[in-house]
Amino acid sequence: MENIGKTCLYNEHVKLNAKMEEFAGFLMPIVYESIKSEHNSVRENVGMFDVSHMGEFVIKGEEATKFVDYIFCNDILDKESGSVTYGMMLYENGTIVDDLLVYKVNNNEYFLVVNASNVAKDYNWVVEQTAEFDVTVKNLSDEYSEIAVQGPEAESKMKDILGIDLSDLKFFHFNNYDYMQHQLLISRTGYTGEDGFEIYADADAIVDLWKLFIENGVTPCGLGSRDTLRFEAALPLYGHEISAEITPLEAGLKFFTKINSESDFIGKDALLKQLETGITRKVIGIELTKLSIPRAGYPVYYKDEEIGYVTTGYLSVTLNKPIAMAMVKKEYSKKDTEIEVKIRNKSIPGFVRDKKFLKKNYKVKGA
Amino acid sequence: MSKVVKDLLYSKSHEWVKKLNDEEVLIGITDFAAKQLGSIVFVDLPEAGDSVEFETEFGAVESVKAASDLISPVTGEVLEMNDDLVGEPELVNENPYKAWFIKVKLENPEELEDLLSAEEYEALI
Repeated sequence: MENIGKTCLYNEHVKLNAKMEEFAGFLMPIVYESIKSEHNSVRENVGMFDVSHMGEFVIKGEEATKFVDYIFCNDILDKESGSVTYGMMLYENGTIVDDLLVYKVNNNEYFLVVNASNVAKDYNWVVEQTAEFDVTVKNLSDEYSEIAVQGPEAESKMKDILGIDLSDLKFFHFNNYDYMQHQLLISRTGYTGEDGFEIYADADAIVDLWKLFIENGVTPCGLGSRDTLRFEAALPLYGHEISAEITPLEAGLKFFTKINSESDFIGKDALLKQLETGITRKVIGIELTKLSIPRAGYPVYYKDEEIGYVTTGYLSVTLNKPIAMAMVKKEYSKKDTEIEVKIRNKSIPGFVRDKKFLKKNYKVKGA
Repeated sequence: MSKVVKDLLYSKSHEWVKKLNDEEVLIGITDFAAKQLGSIVFVDLPEAGDSVEFETEFGAVESVKAASDLISPVTGEVLEMNDDLVGEPELVNENPYKAWFIKVKLENPEELEDLLSAEEYEALI
């Protein structure tokens, strides 16, 4: 990366003495005080993350719905304006270009939020697919900044601090709100397994909000705790549980595909074929029975056979036990299978577990 | 500022060595290393009877985010490992010069001559 970018909140992070590291071409805060305390603030109270490095595209045109339906593996045809849908873009062979959120503004306009590390690749990919469609694609990543306010107290804090009542904003929905002279796009979404919001706005607005939240006791959280939080909730991270080598079926994300619908989307044929022949490997959960920490990349064994590798692992902050997600051969993916993770040449015993280690604490209202 | 203690020896990989007598040393990690790692959640140490080798990995110290190899500043046999750190790894952050990791019986005491003095280590960090 020749030029390391900074988000609009860079100076605020420095003021807070954050440990800064390069991530996806941006100098990002990894931790302010401690990953543990930041993690716990989100599980128990409320924390906020600078996620301005994320990419935002706007797709507009008469055929916007048809186009998004074609490039996105999850169903959007039945979705209402103001809805947000999680899913992936796939290559023809069924592996994953990226995972993303699709915000439906209306039938002719969609707002896509993609991973920071994939912005350039995704933009080129999306533009390449537009040939047959009456749509325009704009990469607005430099114009949008973003913070995520997450935790059980997120809703009440947003009301107390900004005077914005979000009690009627449904899970995975968004709306536009005015705050002072700023316009904010707020969705009830996140990457922590907790209730919370993601706020998109221009840089001036985001810096104002950040300072206001800090003054009012919202804990700033770095990318370190963002990863420990999403991991416990079994939310995948591109480059780990999902990648250009992995399909949604292997990653256990079939639920987020419209494989059984009429829609024709890129990668569908490959997924149907894989569904028919069966997957040969799968992302599973692992719990070690001896204290050690399984890290990404460590090999997983069944007796003497190497059966896969850890995709993400931690000494879980919430559960205080060593757990991991791992990609292993399908025949060893059954729950309670006895496996071993090789850690610094020691074989540490454990079991295959449900990878949803922590129950998500979303605020989902009845329809 | 990181603390450096006067009468200890140091390695470039941020371990300290305390001479108990001509044959035995304690090994730990420096205040600088502990601060770099952040909150330590786990230490992976060899057991009594295991051997350690000069400039070779002998275990790891881990924060939430990452594992960091421990490099042995001496060759010898592990006489004891600090059991207290198994249940309370945070002791390393609290007082890195008190929270020793392993006690080693030296095989080549002359290896100590390759280590840094407190002044030399201070200049390095």
